[in-house]
Amino acid sequence: MEGALACRFIVDKIAASDTLRLNGGAGHGRPDRQFTGRCNVKVPVEITINGKSYSGEVEARQLLVHFIREEVGLTGTKVGCDTSQCGSCTVKLDGAATKACTVLTVQASGSEVTTIEGLADGSDLHPLQEAFWNKHGLQCGFCTPGMIIAADELLRKNPSPSRSEIRHGLEGNICRCTGYQNIVLAVEDAARSMGGA
Amino acid sequence: MTTRIFGSGIRRREDPRLITGRASYTDDIKLPGMVHAAILRSPYAHATITSIDTSEAAGQPGVIAVYTGEDTDGVLNGLPCAWLIPNSDLKTPDHPAIAKDKVRYVGDAVAVVVAESRYQAEDALEFISVEYEPHDAVLNPKEATQDGAPQLHDDVPNNVAFTWAVAGGDAEAAFADADVTVSDTITLQRLIANPMEPRSAIAQWVSQTGDLTLWSTSQNPHIARFLTSVVTGVGEHKIRVIAPEVGGGFGSKIPFYADEAIAAFCSMQLGVPVKWTETRSENYLITTQGRDHIEEVEMAATSDGKITGLRTTVYAGLGAYLSTASPGVPTILHGLMYSGSYDIPNISGTVYGVFNNGTPVDAYRGAGRPEATMLIERLVDLMAAKLGMDAVEFRRMNLIPKFENGHDVATGLTYDSGDYHATLDICLNAADYSALREKQAKLREQGRYMGIGVSTYVEICGLGPSQVAGAVGFQGGLWESAIVRFHPTGKVNVMVGSSPHGQGEETTFAQIVAHEVGVDVDDVEIIHGDTDLTPMGWGTYGSRTTAVSGAAVTLATRKIKEKSKALAAHLLEAAAEDIEYEDGKFFVRGSPDQAKTIQDIALMANVAWDMPEGMEPGLEASAFYDPPNFTYPFGAHLAVVEVDPATGEIDLQKYYAVDDCGPQINPMIVEGQVHGGVVQGVGPALWEGVVYDDDGQLLTGTMLDYALPRADGFPDIHVQSNVTPSPHHPLGLKGVGEAGTIASTPTVYNAVMDALRPLGVTRIDMPFTPEKVWRAINSAQNGA
Repeated sequence: MEGALACRFIVDKIAASDTLRLNGGAGHGRPDRQFTGRCNVKVPVEITINGKSYSGEVEARQLLVHFIREEVGLTGTKVGCDTSQCGSCTVKLDGAATKACTVLTVQASGSEVTTIEGLADGSDLHPLQEAFWNKHGLQCGFCTPGMIIAADELLRKNPSPSRSEIRHGLEGNICRCTGYQNIVLAVEDAARSMGGA
Repeated sequence: MTTRIFGSGIRRREDPRLITGRASYTDDIKLPGMVHAAILRSPYAHATITSIDTSEAAGQPGVIAVYTGEDTDGVLNGLPCAWLIPNSDLKTPDHPAIAKDKVRYVGDAVAVVVAESRYQAEDALEFISVEYEPHDAVLNPKEATQDGAPQLHDDVPNNVAFTWAVAGGDAEAAFADADVTVSDTITLQRLIANPMEPRSAIAQWVSQTGDLTLWSTSQNPHIARFLTSVVTGVGEHKIRVIAPEVGGGFGSKIPFYADEAIAAFCSMQLGVPVKWTETRSENYLITTQGRDHIEEVEMAATSDGKITGLRTTVYAGLGAYLSTASPGVPTILHGLMYSGSYDIPNISGTVYGVFNNGTPVDAYRGAGRPEATMLIERLVDLMAAKLGMDAVEFRRMNLIPKFENGHDVATGLTYDSGDYHATLDICLNAADYSALREKQAKLREQGRYMGIGVSTYVEICGLGPSQVAGAVGFQGGLWESAIVRFHPTGKVNVMVGSSPHGQGEETTFAQIVAHEVGVDVDDVEIIHGDTDLTPMGWGTYGSRTTAVSGAAVTLATRKIKEKSKALAAHLLEAAAEDIEYEDGKFFVRGSPDQAKTIQDIALMANVAWDMPEGMEPGLEASAFYDPPNFTYPFGAHLAVVEVDPATGEIDLQKYYAVDDCGPQINPMIVEGQVHGGVVQGVGPALWEGVVYDDDGQLLTGTMLDYALPRADGFPDIHVQSNVTPSPHHPLGLKGVGEAGTIASTPTVYNAVMDALRPLGVTRIDMPFTPEKVWRAINSAQNGA
């Protein structure tokens, strides 16, 4: 159950809060059961995604990626694994590239999130999107939203990366189709068009 | 108007929706009233179920229903195997969607919970009580055949699902008369395909109409419809399978799985749409894996370097049940390829297909051919070393000479066309092979261990002639069909039965139409992946889509052109034989100014105001292409590695790929296929491999534990190509999807072993992790 660890964390964190009504803990002698009950706690959140504010009540254990996909309906952000290896769910959280499966929705309350749908300015393509298209930096496209957001972070920190720096900078995102080579070329190309080297 | 669109590396039209997050994959789809299924899976690799109690789970928040094998028994038919290889005594034990009495691998479905939300469904799984009586498990496919090994299926003695043999020439005599022989045992470990999109299914049953719609992460929606009908009993005409955007497959989305059947069952019970999506860890347990071969192999040769024979005994793990295509992979797609790129007059092989307590094994990128290429290329290197010859020289002495129209090999296949020396030469020149050997010698003097690995390959693609499919037991055809439809405005829709999922055929098929009939490539839209919208086809796998489905598109477009010519003749008041075609225009010979464009023709055909007598209105054509032979792409790859003997670490420094897949519609896409294939094949050489413990527990159960290739593990891959058209294909195309994967594993394997040769290391099982390499060096140095 992918929410389990996150759930334990948040239950501990908010247990003292009297704004929350813990309705679980009926107790059948098995910790998991007690635990499951507590996970039903609903918590109010307000998150700005791609410039638009979303508020509502979510389960305390809910992962941010599930809020973005299931509650808000922005499905460009993908879930590719359950151990935070693949990077398909990478979004910008207050400007920093973040795997949205590593963050609880409640932790992101009050934050600004940018997903792939909000990366470009209006209907134009972001230079990274344009470069991924030009350089054939994608095949099935599933890793692409996360890869582009991760590449955006890479270029923010290092506007003129070498190929080796690009390869190291993207090692937290897995692509099974492209063999990475055209992704590297795309990021290099975008760096140029964004004013880097 | 684009005239030289064929062969141009234009940008893919798939990409705008993908780079902006607007594409819709199965798990992105939300239907009104949709509920969610989660499946309870066996924690044991081999056990008898003694009791299941679902009552507590049924009362959990949001839970709508809980079903077990008792509920599906007699309602769902068993999951069928669709490749019943002949002359093999193949056993096909029952494969229920939900296990009822016995579980045979960790991940076998035991029960399903349907709930309002996925979180609730997964929560409720915790409340199902199952009691098991565990049994011993067996994973090693050779050990599974030994007397006394745990038995998976009562009616399959020694777990041997089939025994299949291939023979050509007289291998016994070749080995008896051989000057030199070499032998080895090669383990091709289990691999996890790892498409980035996990599998997902949404089933929507409408009881009032009897319509079942299944959104599915499938590489072959028409086969999925057929098998959904077989398993659920719903008529094929009432089933619609939609493969929306599909995020890679690599073979693992070919099979029809229990999970799709379970989703359909739940929807049919409840009358609401039911979604099931696997987690990645679940994918590692249940989605078919690849390889799992133990290959005992030997080669015979003359002392002057001519290969005379090859013999194999292969134990191919199949997992706990037969998957959709699994018997065909280690046999037809493997054993028939034992000649590789070489003239080997005498070949004999035996393949045992073996049940073991692991995830079912089926086609995985290359499917049988990497397992064949690996053993051939390893034996070639070993033989060259034994003869004291350079590995490349030895290859040159044995490569099949250039042929343009058919070459028979001892296994009974007829390769279509090949120029194996050319790809090898291009590769060696690109890498500057002799300079590399000089460098290697110098480094060795300094105590540094650089290795150079070469591999050639030939693969059987363009599957395939349907008559052959029948002869080798495939329970389907292997043709493809296409409908090309011109609208009144001259815009074109093309409907194909194949189902690309990353390979870019929405672009390359449009390039074919533009090339054939002179429309702008942007005026052509390709529709695929929906059984209600597309004509029948057998799917996207085995590097067959461009080769087979692309041929159907070509032939349908040529029919359009013929009709257009006849209509142009009528409109221009000329005889059809006087009409010439150039660049989208039809005109009377010598009068190009009075041309009718293809758009003029499309308009007239659709309004049908002035048609020749007897000509039907409309400008639409369909074609069915059943290939007369397979295609045989080929190539040569070279890798340079350096091994650090102190740590066992391997640095992959250079990689050269030279592939010949015939003419290229879009070289940019071809290169991309090669890049991805190479990296996927290097994975198992250096990092990837499934590990089970003795009890059949999957130790590499997450992406944290299973080492996938990452961006920082590779140098730039140097890609070149050569063009040898297939003589029997309308465009000469051969296919390229699996080439890189087939070639790169033995290439890197040979490079590492070449590096370690001076250290006395003769054998390491893949993957070559630093620990294994370090231990091998140390035991060789200590004479252990």
